[in-house]
Amino acid sequence: MSQKIDLDQRRFRKIIRGKIKDNLRKYISNGEMVARKGKDVVSIPIPTVDIPRFKHGGKQQGGVGQGEGEVGDSLGQDGEEQPGGAGEAGDRAGEHLLEVDVSLEELAEILGEELSLPRIEPKGSEKIVAHKDRFTGIRSTGPESLKHFRRTYKEALKRQISTGTYNPKAPVIIPIKEDKRFRSWKSEPIPQSSAVIIYMMDVSGSMGDEQKEIVRIESFWIDTWLRSQYKGIESRYIIHDAMAREVDRDTFFSTRESGGTMISSAYKLCSKIMQDEYPADEFNIYPFHFSDGDNWSVDDTVTCVDLLKNEILPNSNQFAYGQVESPYGSGQFIKDLREHFSGEESLVTSEIKGKDAIMDSIKEFLGKGK
Amino acid sequence: MSFRKPLPAHLQDMQQEIEIHARDFGLDFFPIIYEVLDYKTMNEVAAYGGFPTRYPHWRFGMDYEQLSKSYEYGMSKIYEMVINTNPSYAYLLEGNSLVDQKLVMAHVCGHVDFFKHNYYFSKTNRKMIDGMANHAATVRRHMARHGQGPVEDFIDVCLSIENLIDPMSLFISREAKPGGAQDEDVKETPRIAAKGYMEEYINPPEFMAAQRKKLAAEAAQQKRFPVEPQRDVLKFLLGHAPLEDWQRDCLEVIRNEAYYYAPQAMTKIMNEGWATYWHSKILTTKALKGSEVVDYADACAGVLATAPGRLNPYKLGVELLRHIEMRWDKGQFGQEWEECDTVAAKVAWDRRLGLGRDKLFEVRKLYNDITFIDEFFTLEFCIEQKFYSFGFNERSSNWEIMSRDFQKVKRQLLDSITNRGQPVIRVVDANYGNTGELLIKHEHGGVDLDMNHAKDTLRNLHKIWKRPVSIYTIVEDKGKLLRHGAEGYSEKTADAKEFE
Repeated sequence: MSQKIDLDQRRFRKIIRGKIKDNLRKYISNGEMVARKGKDVVSIPIPTVDIPRFKHGGKQQGGVGQGEGEVGDSLGQDGEEQPGGAGEAGDRAGEHLLEVDVSLEELAEILGEELSLPRIEPKGSEKIVAHKDRFTGIRSTGPESLKHFRRTYKEALKRQISTGTYNPKAPVIIPIKEDKRFRSWKSEPIPQSSAVIIYMMDVSGSMGDEQKEIVRIESFWIDTWLRSQYKGIESRYIIHDAMAREVDRDTFFSTRESGGTMISSAYKLCSKIMQDEYPADEFNIYPFHFSDGDNWSVDDTVTCVDLLKNEILPNSNQFAYGQVESPYGSGQFIKDLREHFSGEESLVTSEIKGKDAIMDSIKEFLGKGK
Repeated sequence: MSFRKPLPAHLQDMQQEIEIHARDFGLDFFPIIYEVLDYKTMNEVAAYGGFPTRYPHWRFGMDYEQLSKSYEYGMSKIYEMVINTNPSYAYLLEGNSLVDQKLVMAHVCGHVDFFKHNYYFSKTNRKMIDGMANHAATVRRHMARHGQGPVEDFIDVCLSIENLIDPMSLFISREAKPGGAQDEDVKETPRIAAKGYMEEYINPPEFMAAQRKKLAAEAAQQKRFPVEPQRDVLKFLLGHAPLEDWQRDCLEVIRNEAYYYAPQAMTKIMNEGWATYWHSKILTTKALKGSEVVDYADACAGVLATAPGRLNPYKLGVELLRHIEMRWDKGQFGQEWEECDTVAAKVAWDRRLGLGRDKLFEVRKLYNDITFIDEFFTLEFCIEQKFYSFGFNERSSNWEIMSRDFQKVKRQLLDSITNRGQPVIRVVDANYGNTGELLIKHEHGGVDLDMNHAKDTLRNLHKIWKRPVSIYTIVEDKGKLLRHGAEGYSEKTADAKEFE
């Protein structure tokens, strides 16, 4: 049943949406949402949706309670709300942060609008994955619940005019059984393309917690956006130091090794996964690689470039390399890539200087609509 | 009402039974119409403040979403709701147990009796369902003409000051008495006619000078506008702010509804106490079956639960009422009682007067929360019920129990319910600085304003008044003048004397 309150609720959601959009950069850089992610929704604390009023400030006010306890006993920590409604007579609602649930889909939409990200045009043949019922037609039989009010009256009007029973001075229209029109549906196959994101990350000693946090936040937003673009999307995770291995998501973000760095190892594994499991004509493939830009040797960098040129780039939609600034890394790798691939459309590089730069980096990665 | 469904027969029987008992006890209420609602509709109605239709506003949507969420997470549910109208509408939650419904019905009888007889409700509109619907129609009409955005934004502004009203003004006249207005032309200081050579003695120059000063001061006071500070800021703005007609309509709607809800905030403790007193009396002495006792006790315990640092108005109200009943039954009042200073004698005091019930009915008719607490919250009651005051300890960053001293606890309790817990704010000068600016003053009662909110509210007031708006208040023991004008917000320290 639709309720009157629905309209008010919709207005409220719209305001929330605006708030999120205004504060998107802040939300993105402090990474709060990542921790608040549920299955399909993220709860977001919205601070100022409250209506301002002249009211008493909290700390001096205090209140009265009832029950056991000695003078000096604690009732609650700072940062929590004042424990009780003082006197309860005042209306205290809305003093705390409001937590609203926003679906990932909505969030992706907001992200897309704010960064003006282009919709992705999938490549490759579309595999048919789903049928969907859509109300597209009209027919003359059907259940009352699907009756098309306007069409029905239109039919009745037509009939009455043609039979001469319509009197414009007393425009009464009475539909009979034959006039009734009902909405009808058709099952339509919905073609969908599949996609896979392959995340690669350098976990050698020089990548600290802060660097990983940046990767984590950035991957959350990349996930959110790409998921809104493709229905069936998979994520794979590769970590590497001098060796590469595939891991699950949790391990990906928590592992820390101390070894040296051979980026080619990761690219080799990536290329192997692509060849074995994701034929390029069926899948949209998005490899993302994050590191601090340190590589073992110039030779290895050459190997990387070869792998990219011959195996990874031709088979993927876009290869993204994000370089996180770290006090230990030389940051050389991004320069090498830029040198070798200048003018190459499907390879994007981005330097991420800190959490504040995440938003711009996302824009660089996803801004091409590939 | 839109969701009218006939009450199921078993609930009708229950209502009849409960109401017979309630009348036997002397309760006298408007006819009550019950509606059984599913939780979604219940949350909707609750978000609308108990009414089926309100003007469109996102805040109702927000409240609804929060209510629904906390219901779905199992954190809270709304047991009962009743609105102050004649006939009164009350809502029952579908799927509640029959004991719960019975309890709610008895509780509702208490509330409606209170609505009907308490003095502070005597001026409320008992046809408020229509009132609210009319308000909704007015606002919708303006939205259709001026666009939803501008109207909703303006309502945001109005809501931001909806607490600046004066509920007591309905019962007393605060208007300056007419007459006494000085004739503008009489500027001359009155003098006693005297012959030239006597002039210096009969109208001495020093005296004349003093008289001139006094008159000038009086004239300045007369020229002040408003002549007396105004508590009902909304009324003042309605009368004197440069508003468009549709804006005036909206502000009027908000003010009207604020006055409708004000008595409920003024009598929260008494009203809930009274309803709780009666549901417990009716159920435990009359309407409860043996098999229902455990469920009833469980529900009742939930209603009366206290938590650290939380004042439960149900608990405080019902306990204080019972305490009053006990005192008047035993004759523990009057001069003799007041002057008795031996504890043993006080404990054993019983004159067997049996006046308790009569006193309770008198209290429910004449008191509001402030007078109720002020008069009946006694030392004995405070100790017996283990009241304490709490506050924030800066050193430990903790909320702590501050005191169990009777005077301090009572003071704190009264402070926190004074003016419905809202700061007292008055319009002082509508021509501040002789430039048409608005000056309002916060009567500082020991608690500072929330500064963030104050700034935003000031900005909203500026939107209504159009000229700059200032508020004088005290921040951390220093006088401050906060101002919002076309150039934005500013604040400066200010001398209290200027604003007396």
